[in-house]
Amino acid sequence: MSAGLDAIVERADALYHDIDLTCVKQWREAHGGARAVGYMPIYVPREIIDAAGMLPVGIMGGRGQIEIIRGDAWFQSYICQIPRSTIELALTGRLDCLDGFLFPSICDVIRNLSGMWRVLFPQKYTRYLDVPQNFDPAVGGRFFAHELGGLRDDLGKLAGRAISDDDLRASIARYNENRRAIEELIALRAEAPHRAPAWEAYLILYAGNLLPVEEHTAMVRDYVAAAKAATDRAPRDQARVVMLGSFCEQPPLMLVKTLERAGCYVVWDDTALGRRWPQGDVATDGDPIVALSDAFISRSPATAAKYQPEGDRGEPLVQIVKRSRAEGVVFGAPSFCDPALLDQPMLQDALDKVGIPWTAFKYAENLGQFQVIREQAGTFADSIRLWGEA
Amino acid sequence: MSQPAKAQKDRSMAQQKEMIAGHFHALSTAKESGRKVVYTFVPGNLTELMHAFDVLPVYPEINALQSGMRKRSGAFIAEAERLGHSEDVCTYVKCDIGMLKNGNIGPTGEKLPPPDLLLLSYTGCFTFMKWFELLKREYDCPVAMLHVPYQGDGRFSPGMRDYVVSQLRSEVIPKLEQITGKKLDEAKLQEALARSSIAEDDLVHVLEQAKHRPSPIDSYFGGVYYIGPMFTAFRGTQSAIEYYRMLREEIDERVKAGEGPVTPEGPMKNGEKYRLVVEGPPNWTSFQEFWKMFYDEGAVVVASSYTRVGGVYDTGFRHDANRPFETLADYCAGCYTNLDLPTRIGLLSKWVKDYDADGLLVNSVKSCNSFSAGQLLILREVEKRTGRPGGFIETDLVDPRYFSAANVKNRIESYLQMIEQKRHNPSAIVSEGPKAGALPVMP
Repeated sequence: MSAGLDAIVERADALYHDIDLTCVKQWREAHGGARAVGYMPIYVPREIIDAAGMLPVGIMGGRGQIEIIRGDAWFQSYICQIPRSTIELALTGRLDCLDGFLFPSICDVIRNLSGMWRVLFPQKYTRYLDVPQNFDPAVGGRFFAHELGGLRDDLGKLAGRAISDDDLRASIARYNENRRAIEELIALRAEAPHRAPAWEAYLILYAGNLLPVEEHTAMVRDYVAAAKAATDRAPRDQARVVMLGSFCEQPPLMLVKTLERAGCYVVWDDTALGRRWPQGDVATDGDPIVALSDAFISRSPATAAKYQPEGDRGEPLVQIVKRSRAEGVVFGAPSFCDPALLDQPMLQDALDKVGIPWTAFKYAENLGQFQVIREQAGTFADSIRLWGEA
Repeated sequence: MSQPAKAQKDRSMAQQKEMIAGHFHALSTAKESGRKVVYTFVPGNLTELMHAFDVLPVYPEINALQSGMRKRSGAFIAEAERLGHSEDVCTYVKCDIGMLKNGNIGPTGEKLPPPDLLLLSYTGCFTFMKWFELLKREYDCPVAMLHVPYQGDGRFSPGMRDYVVSQLRSEVIPKLEQITGKKLDEAKLQEALARSSIAEDDLVHVLEQAKHRPSPIDSYFGGVYYIGPMFTAFRGTQSAIEYYRMLREEIDERVKAGEGPVTPEGPMKNGEKYRLVVEGPPNWTSFQEFWKMFYDEGAVVVASSYTRVGGVYDTGFRHDANRPFETLADYCAGCYTNLDLPTRIGLLSKWVKDYDADGLLVNSVKSCNSFSAGQLLILREVEKRTGRPGGFIETDLVDPRYFSAANVKNRIESYLQMIEQKRHNPSAIVSEGPKAGALPVMP
């Protein structure tokens, strides 16, 4: 790696391992004690937090970096890992630097976690954000604009100042820029995956959970430029795969590395789906709350937590495979993840119909053994390379 | 353990059995009679609206629990898992898929008709959405999605109500009109809503009789029979009014006579020794064996969250014929699993106090995160607020692999001993919350 690339990846790696949110505390100090608001996957309109002069902080669980002691005592054995580690982070004081927490609609576990939060941390601002599953602008759009208006009022109170339309438009513009930068990175991975390995991209995108949006945009762009310029990254004979199911509880970094070491180029994944939501720009003219609502209604990506009124459930995945020129799909879902696991049979059926090969495994964010996955992914990659049509 | 004897039934139970048999027969002959069939869900169901269109509802959860009680769910679940459904997900869904792949035979042995409409009442349970996405692939029929917002901060705001009403007008009613070929008769809907309110008053009366000592009813195991007509095909009908009036009279007679609940083996032999509030759905695969573990020990359930799974009436809600669409929205939003945890904790604590229960017992089911996620916190908070001890057991809805009878019985007995100890030592300290390693492991 070049020195510049090394430095960018090292910084992203440090942020990934910043389990105590030191960077958030530093940001607060540097901004006169300004507030920070946490949020869970998948989608929250970070623009509203940012527009209030607060730092949006994505909390993606403990990422296998903390021992779960108290968190395990609050959840039964058949519930996924992310609520345990999130509670653990909070009960060990690691989230004390957050003044509020948003729980978007994704599944019943995260939904109920919002209620647990209100009981356990009554001094903190907590809000469950329901997103519409009706995509008629006059029905679901109107409802969502109403919800976002309420969120704007609440966050304004938390920040100590009303959020103006201009504040919001400026923030929307910053996030539009960020989404464009991320799409450039995604495009690079699809075009030349050897230049932007999945584990590096994973770290770069993860950094967006903690950095102010402009800083993250700059990091992504610097990384893309450095990766394109790198001279020591030759293409290898690897199978191009899409990895799906990791939109909430995150796979361990080592798992992502394992897939690549086993012979897979991960050319598309949904690990940072919330950072790419909505698809494309949000309008920066007119009513900014309506613009955010409209973007959600009309340009939300297909994912397991979103209802799909028309068409085959698996068709969006087939299109992703085609667009990214992938040769197969790796379903990597967290154990006990209702959205991902209930979705899988429909997606697998759609792939079977068009002859796209797939394999599936489950993980937990604190998984420590990767040999079985390495063998499975290796066999899958071999089967594509040896017997695929390409 | 000895097997339960042949179940004894009240008059109302016989009446209910007849009603349900009639409904399933109507379903099996729907094609001949020309009636349209709508698949939908129990929580926040729109039964009155379906009556207004004269369509026949099918509730897949009811099919699944019936399969569980008939010991057929294990094979259905295995079939679904063979087809690629994860072992981690809801067993109601897998049981339903397995039943569908085996001819879709209902509990009376008659074949269920395919749906003319999938009415996705998306209320209080994320899995519902995926369930009907799965069924949509199996049937050539439209889907009407009704998204009911979660009461995340403990209230159903005017904006939320407006959203639900808008969906009723723009999505649900047009699709019912489309499949039936007739316009909504609003007067007919209002008549059904007025009938609902009468039956609801009687159901509430019945459930509240558990405040007597001894309680004349078991509000969990017996309660699932009492809520059956209300939360399925019959709310809003004259037959529901007649059933609940009969039930009310039966229970009132029992109160006058100072009698306890009727169990499958007749009156409780040991009388009422313990009064419990139970949180969570029952296990269906070993329902009678599970119940027997309670009545053999003299434990009576005086209130349960499961009897509110279709809708909560405790806070005064009744269907209001004068606000037909708004009242449907309020009902959908008010079902138990659509309530936030602080509200659930408040209700459970209130029931422990109002029904003078010895404590709260949680039956945590693997299949239902909507109920289960957060139950350990609920347990601690209810203990703290009421000063009465809590207990925790784990089973599943319809997966027989997750019902370990010896384990469950042992835990129930230990819990009842804890209550006994507390009676003799009222100052015994209630748990301050689960400690690491204290969580029971799934059988």
